Parts: sequence; C-alpha cells; structure tokens
Amino acid sequence: MLRYIVRRLLQMVLTFFGATFIVYALMFAVQDDPIQALVGERPITASQRTALTERFHLNDNFFAQYWYYMKGLLTGDFGTSMTNRKVADMLADAWPVTLRLSLLAIVIAAAVAILAGVVSGIRRGSIFDNATLVITLIVLAMPIVVLAPLAQLIFGIKLGWFPVTAGKDASLWQLLLPAIVLASLVVATELRVTRASVAENLRADYVRTARAKGLTRARVIGVHVLRNSLIPVITLIGVDLGALMSGAIVTEKVFNIPGVGFNLFRGIRTEDGPLVVGFVSVLVIVFLVVNLLVDLLYAALDPRIRYE
Amino acid sequence: MRGNGPWKMAAGVAAIALLAGGCSGGSSDDDETLPNTISIGIVEPDSLVPSNTTEANGSSVLASIFYPLIRFDDNSNPYTVAAESITHDKANKVWTIKLRSGFTFSNGEPVTADNYINAWNYGAYGPNAQLASYFFSRIDGYAQMQSIDPDGSGPDKASEPKAKKLTGLAKLNDLTFRVTLSAGFSGWESVMGNDSFYPLPKAAFKSDGVLADGFGDAPIGNGPFKMKGKWEHDSKIVVEKVADFKGTIPKVDGITWKIYQDLGAQYADLIAGNLDVETKIPIESLASASGDLGARLQKSKSSAFSFVGFPLYDKDYQNRDVRRAISMAINREEMTDQIFLGSETPATSFVSPVVAGYRANTCGDNCVYNPTEAKDLYTKANGPKDLKISYNADGGHKAWVDAMCNQIKASLGVNCTGSPEPKLADLLKKVREHKSVGMIRLAWAMDYPLMENYLAPLYTTDGSSNYYGYTNTAFDSLVAEGSAAATTQAAQKKWQDAEDILATDMPVLPLRFGQNVYGFSEKVTNVSMDLFQKVDIYKIEVAS
Repeated sequence: MLRYIVRRLLQMVLTFFGATFIVYALMFAVQDDPIQALVGERPITASQRTALTERFHLNDNFFAQYWYYMKGLLTGDFGTSMTNRKVADMLADAWPVTLRLSLLAIVIAAAVAILAGVVSGIRRGSIFDNATLVITLIVLAMPIVVLAPLAQLIFGIKLGWFPVTAGKDASLWQLLLPAIVLASLVVATELRVTRASVAENLRADYVRTARAKGLTRARVIGVHVLRNSLIPVITLIGVDLGALMSGAIVTEKVFNIPGVGFNLFRGIRTEDGPLVVGFVSVLVIVFLVVNLLVDLLYAALDPRIRYE
Repeated sequence: MRGNGPWKMAAGVAAIALLAGGCSGGSSDDDETLPNTISIGIVEPDSLVPSNTTEANGSSVLASIFYPLIRFDDNSNPYTVAAESITHDKANKVWTIKLRSGFTFSNGEPVTADNYINAWNYGAYGPNAQLASYFFSRIDGYAQMQSIDPDGSGPDKASEPKAKKLTGLAKLNDLTFRVTLSAGFSGWESVMGNDSFYPLPKAAFKSDGVLADGFGDAPIGNGPFKMKGKWEHDSKIVVEKVADFKGTIPKVDGITWKIYQDLGAQYADLIAGNLDVETKIPIESLASASGDLGARLQKSKSSAFSFVGFPLYDKDYQNRDVRRAISMAINREEMTDQIFLGSETPATSFVSPVVAGYRANTCGDNCVYNPTEAKDLYTKANGPKDLKISYNADGGHKAWVDAMCNQIKASLGVNCTGSPEPKLADLLKKVREHKSVGMIRLAWAMDYPLMENYLAPLYTTDGSSNYYGYTNTAFDSLVAEGSAAATTQAAQKKWQDAEDILATDMPVLPLRFGQNVYGFSEKVTNVSMDLFQKVDIYKIEVAS
C-alpha cells in the first residue's frame, strides 16, 4: 500500500510539471497584447508600454519566461498578476469559497443521487423511477446559463427563500442555492449510474445467497448491494469534484462568488498569464489528489482490490 | 474497515464538507446594519493609486477618499475646492495654485504643496508605468522623465530617463506652488480635475519617489471619508466619515463599495434590497427595470460617445462621398430605441453635449437618415460592394453592429457583415498593421470637460486614439490655436471651427451619446450622477 502511494506521488510530480508546462505554453501562445488588455479601451503611451513590458518580462522568449516562472514557483512564489496583486494572495482569497461551494454541491448531489438511485434501482419501472428519470432529464437538458439565473430569480428574488447573492465571505446558508444549482449539473449522471449498478447487483449470485441465508432486506441492500454498487459512483464523484471546482464559472458569476472559476475567466479575458497558470497549477494538484483518494477508496470498498 | 467502513467514510466526508462550509460564515452582513450608511455597487477597480486609476470604479472610490483641487458645476465649468485660488499668466503657461489652509490627510498630516508635487512627480515618471501618466504630459519636463527603449520590444533594457522630477513644478511656500506648462493652455484648470492630480501624503512613500508597499490597498487621502480597514479584493471597500472634515461634509456616515463581477448579479441584489445604488443597469434588465424600480430608475447625462471609424488607409473608404453615404444610410434613432431601449441617444455631432461649446447637429445632413440620397451618392461614388464592421466580441456590440449592417444593406443594396475580433486589443493591432478590417467600432469617454478632449486625441495627426489615420493640417492647427488661445471663449471658437472640418471630411461616423442609467433602493434619496459615471457622494442621503 505504502509503495503504491509513493509511486503514485512520484507520477504526480511528473504530471504536475507536464501540465503546468502545457498550460504556460498555451497562455504564451494566446497572449497577443496583454498590456492593451490591461488598460482596456484607453490608448497607451510608448513609455508605459516599455515599462510594463520589462516589469512582466514580456520581451523575453518563451523558455526564459517559463524559467522565471518555474524558479518562482519552486520557491513558493506564484508570481504577480498583471493587476499587480500577488497570485498567492488571490489563490488564498479564491480557494476557500470555491472549496466550500463545491464540497457542499458534491454532498448534496451524492446524497440525492445515491438515495434516489437506490430506490429506483430496487423499484424499477415504478412511478418513482419514471418520475426521477423525467426530472433528471429536464435538469440535465437545461444549460447552467439558464438554470442559475432562473433559480436566482425564482427562489431568491420572487419567493425570497434564499439569499440572492453570496459574496466572498459567504455563509453556508448563502451558498446553499448556488450549491444546489451546481449539484444539479452532476446529479443526473450519478443517479443513473447508481440505479444501473444497484439493478445489476440485485440479480447477482451473492445477493441471492444472502437472501437465502435469511438476512434482513435492509442488510442485504444496505451492506451487500450498496457497497458493490458504489464503486463506479465514487469514481464519478471524484471526477465531478474537480469539474465543479474549475467549471463553476457561470454559477460563480450569477451569485457573485469571487472563486476559482471567476478568477480563471478574468485571467483568460485579460491575457493574465501568471494568474491563469497559478490557478491551473493548484487545480492540477487538486485533481491528482482527488484521483488518488478515489483509487484508495476502491480498496476500502472492494476487498478484492489490493495495491502493491 | 469491514462492514461499516464506507459509511464511516461517507459520514466523515460529509462532516468535513459541512465544517468547511460553516467555518467562516455568519459575519458577512454586519456592516449593513449601521445607521446612516449606504452601499454602492462597483466592479473590481484596477487600482486605487490616483495616478494609476483611469476607470470609473476606482475613480468613484477615490472621490470619497480624496478632495480635488477643483470640481465642475452643472455647465462643466471648474470651481476651486481644495484650492483657494488658481491663477495664471497672460500666456496661460504659468499657473499658480494656492491651497486652502487647515486641511489634513486622514492620518493627521497637514496637506502642503509638497504633497501635490511629490504625487505628480510619481505619476509622471515613466518607469512607474502609471496609466494616467499622460495627464502630466503638458507640464514642462515630462518628456525628460520617459524612458525610450532602443530596440522597441527587443531584449535590450530601456535606458533610465534623464530626469526624475518635473522641471515645471516649483514650490513657492507651504501652501502655494507653481506649474509651468510646456505650451500655454487655457483649459489647464479643467485638466486638474482629474484623479491623477490628487495629493499623496508622506506616508504614501517608502523613500523619495517610491510608493510604500500596500499603499494601493489602503490609500490615505485628504477627503471626507477614510478607508475602514483594507481593500478586500473582489469583495468590498468600506469607507467611513473623517471627523472634523474642513470641506463639504457629506450627508452619510459611511459607504460600502460592494464589488460585483457581474452587472446582472448586482441588479439582482439591488431589487432584492441588498444594495442601495447600481450605477449602470445592465441592458438585458432594462426592459423589466422600470417595472421593478419605478421612479427609482433614472437617467442622467454622461460623457460617453460611440462612433464608427473609417480606415482611411484602405482605398475603399478614401472617397469622402462613400463615407457620407454610409452615414446617411443608417437610422441612428431606430438603433437607440430598439436595441438600447432609450438608454443612449443618437449622436449627430462630434462633440458630446456635456461640454461647453457643444452645438447640436454639427454633422448636418451627413448624419440625417436619408436612404434614397445615400444610395444615389454611393452609386455615383462607386462605393465597394462589400462592407464590413469590425468589433470586439467581449463588449456586447454584436446586436447593434448587426442592426447597423442590416440598415446599410437595406439602404445601399450592398453586402455588409459584422466581423467580431476576440478583444479590442486584437482589433487595434490589425488596424495598426493596416490590415483590411473594414469599419471599426470605437468609443470615447472624456478625461476633462473641454471640447478639445473630443478633438485632439481622436483626430489630430499624432492623436493617441487616432487609429484610423486621419490627417488634416488645417484641423491640427485649429485645435492647437484653440489650446493656445487666451480665453476659453476664444478657444471654443477655434475648436468649433475644427469640428466643422470634421463634418466635411467625415473621418468617423458619429453614432450615439451615452447616458448614466442608474437605479437605487428605497433606502436612499437624492441620488445623482456626474458626467464621469460617479455617484455624487456629497448629495446622496438615507431616506428618513
């Protein structure tokens, strides 16, 4: 087990450097005129251009710029954004709120998906099964650009059940509506996978054996079926967690949450290389760690899986 | 780990999530409950250092922390505020500024002439790369403070500028200083109304000419409010009243500048009552805004001017009659009514109505919708069969560009397409390289309320925003003569003559003048906005 983890960690180092290199190269390629992007529609004098070009090493070649960046990164310095803020500070500002938002969304999604998935798996073809199918399909078909403002308008403004926007120091209560909106993105797939998996396992030999032994229905489903059915769902949840953290751009915008998605969007729009690469670097680490955790969870769920 | 393992784990994950979710909540609403304070929505400012602030959001915040030398009355004429008097010699070249005594910065430092001189020197020094640096370019010695890169954007380091101080600034005594311009300019007093002319306290500097770390996050000013804590990036900026302020005293005790990423989210908070003022109602909410806000939705004049430039380096557009015909082929009114829902007004002059010297319809027949004459003129001039309007896709311009193209198609019977570029920077780069981009979507907001600001940067041969390459020596000299004129009235006359040349040459096609379309909550009254898209913080008050 330990050897496995060490090997995975070493692979992660390689992946990390590869990923940041590619992201840096892509940002370098799209960078057209970041100085003009910085000042918006105003004209810029030759002298300002000169000073800013040198401040951000914009006139060096790609490898020199990448070297400056990596040198900083390895000493824990994420560099300075084009807006003159330390990227490390921006990371520290943005990550907590995104982390809370996406964890909350995942918990909501997983709770709904597993509960409803198990019930529909057991009662295939029932009204409940068909109703959840229709509802999840509708939610799945609605793009987030429609869903988020609609939820805000109906539940926030018209009915007044939830706070309208969240902000940076949002409480759990303020994050609830955006989290539900985010959860709706992933709940459908998780639910369908749970349902299929439960339905399949119900027909397995070991379930028949367990029933024949005279175990209670609750124990058969709660322990024997569920445990095996969760393996594919856990994989999905792991992937979803990463997707939610990076993909919350629309939801963060609508509910005014200055998180990771918002910063990435801002960085790409203003051609802010250090900002984008800094955030993506951390995202890469999060993805890698979550995937490692998911793989370790397999072993806990399925005793047949052993890591050496 | 057998049996209950996964459940324990799931419970653990859930517990962590809830803990993480709950750990920092609960403290976010407390600043709303203070009596006699208000909240105004802004977008994250670029900077809060006065000489580096060129957009309306940072400028609004600075207006609460700083006290300017001059402000403008309803006719855009300057009157002294922090200055006791501003006098000049006959040639308008040497200006003497006397400050009112007794003023202090919010940290207790007295405001002296040195504070102005140091701040202006910092702003003008090229290597500091301050975005509002060009405001100082009329002061003697500005050119010597700029560095020149020997090989453009190549690897060689730019040389250090020859001077670190403006030779045109001289201290006469603690409260008086003299500004010498490199050439006489009758409108200089108005220029000094810009944010970049605020003073900076000694505490702002680490050493001579070097700004202290973190000053931009908690600026110290000479205004009616002071920062409460630091600028909380992407979240809010809170200012509170300065005790015993010597100048005009605002009616509210504090302002929370709430930072929004998106105007739509800001609007949602406004109608839900979580925000008191939104300075720009998003265009997609305009249709429902009058129902949502009623009389609390208001409009006022702003300085914005939208126009379409003709690429004069392109053969297709070099015939003046082609340009005139295109201008006559479009219906400005229809666009402002249908697409902007009346939030902007049609422009038929080259200078905005907000500045002194404005005359209506200086564009004359060239800006009157007349499809038949337009088509005649266009056919006679043998105009191009394919027209194109380039715009930046990130600014919400698609709707009106497409509408304008449809009008051109209908009037002239030629093909017209809107061509999006990802960003304005991409578009301007193509224009600089004289690529074939067709007509160019452009806009202008004034730096100071003078006609000159709508003429010199946009149309003089070396104007900073003359992207389309318009050159007319008669125009250049009229603008220069106006700037050198002895009185503002004489200056206006020259500038009006210059504007008439534009109406004959039609280097651009005037489209729309902007307006402030703003809304406010039931909590506040007396909300008004100035020409620079700022809320008047001295008039606004809490409704009783």
